[in-house]
This record gives sequence, C-alpha cells and structure tokens, in this order.
Amino acid sequence: MSEEREMITGIEVPIYLKYHFTAGEATARFLSQVRQGKLVGQRCPSCNNVYLPPRGSCAACGVATTEEVEVADKCTVESFTIVYIPIPGNPIQPPYVIANLIPDGANISFIHLLSECDNDTVHRGQRVQAVWKPQEEWDYAMDNIRYFKPLDEPDVPSESIGKVPVTGWEV
Amino acid sequence: MANLAAVVGIGQTKYQTRRGDVSIAGLLREAAVKALEDAGLGFDDIDAVIIGKAPDMFEGVVMPEIYLTDALGANGKPMLRVHTAGSVGGSTALVAASHVQSGTFKRVLTVTFEKQSESNAMWALSSPHPFSPHLNAGAGGYFAPIIREYMRRSGAPYDVGIKVATKDRLHGARNPLAHLQLPDITMAKVEESPMLWDPIRFLESCPSSDGACAMVIADASLVSESPKPPAWIRGVAMRSEPTMYAGREEVSPQAGRDCAADVYAQAGITNPRKDFDCAEVYVPFSWYEPMWLENLGFAEEGKGWKLTMEGATSLDENGDIPWNCSGGVLSSNPIGASGMIRFAEAARQVRGDAGAHQVEGARTALGHAYGGGAQFFAMWVVSADKG
Repeated sequence: MSEEREMITGIEVPIYLKYHFTAGEATARFLSQVRQGKLVGQRCPSCNNVYLPPRGSCAACGVATTEEVEVADKCTVESFTIVYIPIPGNPIQPPYVIANLIPDGANISFIHLLSECDNDTVHRGQRVQAVWKPQEEWDYAMDNIRYFKPLDEPDVPSESIGKVPVTGWEV
Repeated sequence: MANLAAVVGIGQTKYQTRRGDVSIAGLLREAAVKALEDAGLGFDDIDAVIIGKAPDMFEGVVMPEIYLTDALGANGKPMLRVHTAGSVGGSTALVAASHVQSGTFKRVLTVTFEKQSESNAMWALSSPHPFSPHLNAGAGGYFAPIIREYMRRSGAPYDVGIKVATKDRLHGARNPLAHLQLPDITMAKVEESPMLWDPIRFLESCPSSDGACAMVIADASLVSESPKPPAWIRGVAMRSEPTMYAGREEVSPQAGRDCAADVYAQAGITNPRKDFDCAEVYVPFSWYEPMWLENLGFAEEGKGWKLTMEGATSLDENGDIPWNCSGGVLSSNPIGASGMIRFAEAARQVRGDAGAHQVEGARTALGHAYGGGAQFFAMWVVSADKG
C-alpha cells in the first residue's frame, strides 16, 4: 500500500453499437434494386427532378415521390475532395478521391469513391462509371459499387451538370 | 411582443486538447460557476437550466444530461437539453433567451460543452449507412467539395483560406482561453501544413477541444442586480433546411440568408458591414469566412474573399469589421459549445469585457452558428444599447 501510484484520471471503455436499420419504403425499394445491380431513383411529380437514392419525397417541393426511374451507372463529377487524413481503422488507403457524382438521368449528387484515376487531374464535369463488385458479393448496400473510374468522354459543361441526362447527349 | 432580455453573466473554461482533471459534470460546473460569479449571482437565483451539446457519440456518453442536474444546480428546477448538431451552442442560447423573452422565467442559466478527448468525433461523424458507401471522411470530407465549388464560382485566389487561418490564430493568441496559441503563425506555415481534405490543410481546420461555455440570461427587470454591463439581446433567429434536395444551394444556403434577414430586421440592421462593430461567426474551416461573409450579407456574392484579403476582418490590420476576434472555431472547438462561444464572445465585445481581443468601442455584434450539412442556422444580435 505504500508504493506511490500515478493518479488514474481516465480508463478506456469501448462501446459497440449494432443497429437494426429500418429503411422505410423508398430506401428499402432502392436497396433491393441495388442488390440486383440497378440504380433506381424516384421522380418528383412537381419539379420533375430525379432523386437517387430516393427518399420517398422531394424536400424542395414537399411532395411524395413514387414514380421510379432507373438511372445509369455513368455519372458526372459535380465536385470532389482528395482525402489525405489517416483515420484509425479506415480500410481505404489515403490519399483517395471522394466525389459528388450526379448519375445520368438524376438531378442530385451522391458521394462515392473515385479510383483508377490520376488524383491531380480529377475535375468538375469529368465523366465516370461504376466499377461493381462481383455479382455474388452484392448486398443491400451502395458498397456494391466498389468505386467509380474515369470514362474517356468529353466533359459536361459546368452549367449543364445535373440539368441534362447526358449518356449519349440525346437531349 | 417579446420581453427584453440581456446576457448578464458569461463563463468559459480554458479550451484545450484534454481536460483529464475533470469529468463532464465537473467541466460544465466550472463554466456555470464562472458565469454566475460574472453575474454576481448564485444557483438559487436561477429559474431554469438549458444545456446543449453535439451528438452523444462524440463522448460515447449517452444522455449526459441525466447526470448533470445536480452539478448545474437544477434540482427542483426545469432542465432541458437542446440539440441541432454543430449549431447547438447557438440554438441552446436562443432557447434559453426565448424562455426569458416569453416571460416564462426571469433568469436562465445556459451551458454547452464538448469533451472531445473522450471519444473520436471523426469516427462519430463517419458511421456507415447502407444507402451510402462508407468513406470515412468526417466533416472535412463533406465540406471540402462545397468549398471547392465556392472557389470555382468566385474565382478567389488559392490563399484566401490560408489568410483566414492565419488571421484567426493571431486573434486567438490575444485570447488566453483559446485552445490554439500560435502567436508566431504565418501564411507560409499554414500553406506548408499537410493537406487533409484538398483544398483544406491541417492549419485551415479547427482543432478538437475540451471545454464548456455558460451564460446567464436575465429579464430586463433584473439586469441591474448584476454588476457588469449587460449585452442586450436585440434579435434572435433560427432556420433549418433539408440536407439534400435537387438544386439545393450548398455554397450559400437559403436558410442562412433567411436567418440573417430575420435577425437583422429585428435589430434594425440594414448594412451589416457598417452596422456591426464585429462578428463572431462559425468558421470551422478557413474558407467558410468568405462564404459566410457573402451568405450573411457583409459582401456581395462572389466578393467575400476580397474583404478577407484586404484585412477588413482582421483586428491586427485594423479592419473595419473584425470577425472572430476571440480566435473563432479555428482556435477552439469544443463542438457543442462552439456556437455558444460565438454568442458569448459577441456579448463580451458589447459589454466591453473582451480583454486583449476587445474591439474598441464595440456596441453591436453578431453571434452566428451553423450545423449539420450547413442546414441549421442560429444567430443573435447583441448590443450595449437597449434599442
């Protein structure tokens, strides 16, 4: 009892959380189609914008969305960042590119990984396409797409990004 | 018509990487006791306690409020917790103010905190969702592409963020409570610091801090019972918008513009750059200074960066509208408290009690906070004048 001990001011107490994720109608529908390798969004009946992933409503118009629209796995880069920061336990090796991507036929971006690219030349308007995991690994998750890689296609001009469907420029 | 209320006491802890000497309750009590001392009051003079913090995962302590009642002298009194992500410090102050302005209570103690050292906020902000790939990018990964879009649209030179990062740390070096004390910082040092989320460098990002901030807000009839000058609350506003919708303006969110218009109208502000003597604005990443200069109407769209580069927002360059004289979020970031620190520092300025970072003769100031995917906004206007 006589030995001097350093005062303990804190101890490590790990906590683990496991969620049962209730997706709701729109997200459940989306995830079941992602499991089939398809990206299916929903169109707003009021502003005609296509949401991917769909949320069952258009937050801009405040109306429910039900009409399903399959969109391409080709996208346009809206913006991006190159992540250099190391995060403990992160399976992705920095530096890596995270891009806000607008799929052909949709009007809102989602975030995904960009790979097989030169990080220094990634740019707004760049055309990219999904690289899917092997079909036997598909699950109810956007991680079915491993990453996106650049396409050898002309850039979409800034003012058209998210406003025209692109693929083949048939507008 | 709301009753007139004022800030009569302010208490802050020293912000630092880790406060291993106190529990969460001890940290909050420290700020609360300082605020009460500043107000010349005791816990018995308080009618209700309003607290706020960011998500529970930031400490891994779920519902910390359930063990904070006694530490904050709230036994037998109403206690309420507020949460609006990063803006929570601001919205907590506004909820506290509204309880006085409505006449519900005469004196309210409000306290916000974060003890970031207890967990990992980056991890807490990168939880996996099936509808989105798990990219582990944290807040910087979310805001960097939006900053990049601001740079593209405005054509601002690459070093505007570097200038903000330098300026706010020089401000912070005047404030003994600021976490980062970098009196020798230069733009070259910021530029040489590692890139974290291109275009955001290490020194262009806020630190992770432990700390708490508290205020006592009193009805006008009780203001004279506190010894120091009050900061009259002349306008209060909050706005929210969804994180994601087609065509959303992410660089200059509508909710921010609407919130500013509302709070300015209440306080009779018609030209923010002229009518305010200073502002404490939530800038967690350097580029958010020029972006919010525009969103809040201090500059025209696309021109905010010019104010920054001209030194208009710098105390050291005798700018006409100093922003974040306390050092801002870039110098101290106990997330849940960061918004309230803005509100409290605006109040310190108009009370003439800001020490070495005082703007001489400041009479009217803006306190601002934002949070979530830049979707929650909270603002107040405080003044030495009753109006």
